[in-house]
Amino acid sequence: MEALLHQLFSGLANGIIYGSVALALVMIYQSTHHINFAQGEMATFSTFIAWALINEAGWSYWAAFFFTVAVSFAAGLVVQRVVLRPIEKAPVLTNVIVFIGLLLIFNALSGMLFDHTIKAFDSPFPSDSPLATVYFSAHQLGSAGVLLLVLLALFGFFRYTSVGLAMRAAAQNPDSARLVGIRVSWMLGLGWGLAAAIGAVAGMMVAPIVFLDPNMMAGILLYGFAGALLGGIDNPLGAVIGGLVVGVLENLLGAYVIGTELKLTVALVLIVGTLTLRPDGLFGKKVVTRV
Amino acid sequence: MKPLDKKWVWLWSALLLVALILLPFLVKNYRVFQINLVLVYAIAILGLNMLTGFNGQISLGHGAFYAFGAYSAAVLMDKLGVPYWATLPVAFGVCFVLGFLLGFPALRLAGHYLALATFALALAVPQLLKYKHIEHLTGGVQGIVLNKPTPPISFTFLDQPFSADRWLYFFSLAVAGIMFLMAWNILRGRVGRALIAVRDHPIAATAMGINLTMFKSLTFGVSAGITGVAGALGGIVVAFVSPDSFTVNLSIFLLVGVVVGGLASIPGAIFGGMFIQFVPNIADEISRSAPAAIYGVLLIGCMYLMPSGVMGGLNKLWVRLRTKTAG
Amino acid sequence: MRMKTLTLALATVAAVAIAPAALAQKKYDTGATDKEIKIGGISPYSGPASAYGNIGKAIQAYFDKVNAEGGVNGRKINFISVDDGYNPAKTVEQARKLVEQEEVLLLFNTLGTPPNSAIHKYMNAKKVPQLFVATGATKWGDPKNFPWTMGWQPNYQSESKNYVTHILETKPNGKIAILYQNDDYGKDYLEGFENALGDKAKSMIVAKISYEVTDPTVDSQMVSLKGSGADIFFNITTPKFAAQAIKKAAELGWKPVHYLNSVSSSVGTVLKPAGIENSMGIITAGYLKDPTDPQFQKGKEWDDWLAWMKKYNPNGDLKDNLNVFGYTVAQGLVQVLKQAGDNLTRENIMKQAAALNMTLPMLLPGVNVKTAADDFYPIEREQLMKFDGTTWQLFGKIYGR
Repeated sequence: MEALLHQLFSGLANGIIYGSVALALVMIYQSTHHINFAQGEMATFSTFIAWALINEAGWSYWAAFFFTVAVSFAAGLVVQRVVLRPIEKAPVLTNVIVFIGLLLIFNALSGMLFDHTIKAFDSPFPSDSPLATVYFSAHQLGSAGVLLLVLLALFGFFRYTSVGLAMRAAAQNPDSARLVGIRVSWMLGLGWGLAAAIGAVAGMMVAPIVFLDPNMMAGILLYGFAGALLGGIDNPLGAVIGGLVVGVLENLLGAYVIGTELKLTVALVLIVGTLTLRPDGLFGKKVVTRV
Repeated sequence: MKPLDKKWVWLWSALLLVALILLPFLVKNYRVFQINLVLVYAIAILGLNMLTGFNGQISLGHGAFYAFGAYSAAVLMDKLGVPYWATLPVAFGVCFVLGFLLGFPALRLAGHYLALATFALALAVPQLLKYKHIEHLTGGVQGIVLNKPTPPISFTFLDQPFSADRWLYFFSLAVAGIMFLMAWNILRGRVGRALIAVRDHPIAATAMGINLTMFKSLTFGVSAGITGVAGALGGIVVAFVSPDSFTVNLSIFLLVGVVVGGLASIPGAIFGGMFIQFVPNIADEISRSAPAAIYGVLLIGCMYLMPSGVMGGLNKLWVRLRTKTAG
Repeated sequence: MRMKTLTLALATVAAVAIAPAALAQKKYDTGATDKEIKIGGISPYSGPASAYGNIGKAIQAYFDKVNAEGGVNGRKINFISVDDGYNPAKTVEQARKLVEQEEVLLLFNTLGTPPNSAIHKYMNAKKVPQLFVATGATKWGDPKNFPWTMGWQPNYQSESKNYVTHILETKPNGKIAILYQNDDYGKDYLEGFENALGDKAKSMIVAKISYEVTDPTVDSQMVSLKGSGADIFFNITTPKFAAQAIKKAAELGWKPVHYLNSVSSSVGTVLKPAGIENSMGIITAGYLKDPTDPQFQKGKEWDDWLAWMKKYNPNGDLKDNLNVFGYTVAQGLVQVLKQAGDNLTRENIMKQAAALNMTLPMLLPGVNVKTAADDFYPIEREQLMKFDGTTWQLFGKIYGR
């Protein structure tokens, strides 16, 4: 029983990681209707910047944290304006290829500038905090808290601020949005900036657990992707829940059902199965198209 | 604007044929090997293009079919002593069935969801290939080493011997020719129009009586089959298969090849094949410490210059030239 | 008058006799000339194994030093190293490019078991040396069937055997849990371990669980392994996952006797990130000096290595033992080339490689490099060592021939 609880909580802890990445993916999807394959590598690169600030320039953790988030926001905005704007009108797949190009570039930059050996990344949550239990380390609890905060902030932003409303409008119906005076292009850039910022947070929460190296996010991106789709690509809360589900499923499957040797295959079958029954994800909105 | 003279078409085709025949004897063996790989990738891209370009179903997992084709060929050749040319139809059959079966759930998934499902497939394949209970067949993590087929006749031409690689060049050329012809045949008739109708206006297409279910599944099947043949051919050309040769990167590169070559374009597949074979080597020569970054930059640059792929770019150029001469 | 003619005649005869002999001493195969020796290398500079690309960089840096000091027997080493991204299909292509287009004399220190497997037959068919491959798989020491291929480092199976010997001596009734990477390297270690245990394998091994390189963490596996109730843990992981496993074991409060494979035994790049307190008491086997180990940070060998790093490999990490690996294996090759002298044919290269008997400065004391016509395992000796919080303390005897 104890082992089961362990696997469950360990799965939830992993799920928090996947949920954070899923959130960033949903963020970009909501504002641009594209899935950003370079999300993971951008997050890794941001985390490297934070690492360099803390370990080489001697900054304090929180100073480096907020600075990195700000820089990532700016970088995301710049990438959208400079790299993606020229192909806004191009077919979807052209955009996908550009994302892949970005993925390769960020990954190679991380390796070139920061080397391929693994690095330890500090956690801001002290490991001997009274909140820590055998099942959840202080860091994992802290990460969950941070994720919750980000989720609430996003919710508030989209629901209650005019900028948030403008962004949603720009994504849903760019032409109508333009007619009411919304600068659609800038909304896209904003979406990217936010996603990059969220990605940076996710990276900094993940790194203490999995250790920082250029390929840190490769495996996580897939599971984040799965979580986002499982929960419904247009639903931030769904993305987080999807991430948690994927984390738990992965652990339980590997430990009890099929062994680690076929874990990926079974996960695949389950994802496809779920999507067969609920094609828009567990919490997604059904999209009805006009003929 | 008068249409091209039939004479000219024949002349250019003949010249092309002669060039293709002479090519392997004008370059070293190693280059011939690379050209063979271009042909193999072109066939794989053709398969994927049928599904993604013509039918609008995004697959990020075609590397899986390539892998299954390669392993089918390898196991047949290694364990059952089947001659290499006979493995190709079997690879087609196996992958066709797999693709067809996968087509059914794929129906319910649109766009990104399908991409995810196929992506997960691509990720799962290496693990599947390493599974210990089929290790005696697949060679497990060590893979299977194959023997290169010997050419049926031996001679020397233009100072170069008729090596295994040169023989495989002509073999691959023939296979590619057959695959391209098959695709062209399928796509130019009613089937092709139906495919495009399904891609662009699925609801209207159903209203017109096209059986969506059958159609999408068959498309998936044929697309998988063609890529499977490419995989088998690839296995023969490289003479080695192992799970690490078929990671998710392969699926991503095939998609890159489709888009760079030109969506919904049959000849585009050749350009796609050339891109994914040669551009990484070029990137490697420009920068050893970060070759992937250079590749990424070249990729993005390519998309800027030719958002509809090479064929799109060539078409635009052709139109410009024609209007110039007409006016 | 006669004397002069006689002397002249004698001189001519002598010259004619000696000259062809002198000319005959210089023999070259493709890739070797009076001025340079072209050597090819294939490393994963990109992709999942990119951390090992540092070995290729270190080797290049060592050859730079050798060239700056005059080269080998007056010839500069031209090292052409290319990327295969750890994809065997790419390795085949790169090997063919190096052999057929760049026309190198030999391939040196190709990295990884699948990449080397892919070109194994080709290299032997072409009769080009596949020298000192960077993998510990056992199959590279097979001169009868593959006379052109030779390994370098102690092979994985013999390392496993050393751990088993220690376990049977110290805890013959223990229960063993194993974590292994689901690929050739992991399975090779596992096979060696199970073979060495023989009949006791079934009774002693209570859990063996694998992971994939694409897994984000091995936390779930560690939870299961702890749950098996084992008191001995054999950790077959690459550096990133090794650090995760060590950390997780500590978090779970699991303190088995911990055997860590030498692949991940670097103090600076594995134990420190995992946590020094968490790594106390871990046992591994070694044959190289760890650059973060204070006991080795003195003496001429250390000074030489440090000076080389600073001058020729300034971007290299001083804590990364891959830089020690690259330095040492490059020295091995230089010795082979030195021994070959002016007879730089591929056949002679293999002959000299099979006639080594030496020690190298960054090998552990007692470890040597020895080969023979029927012994294609250059380094076989290892010693067990235990981590005491600062350094690896060597203990016990030296295993291997």
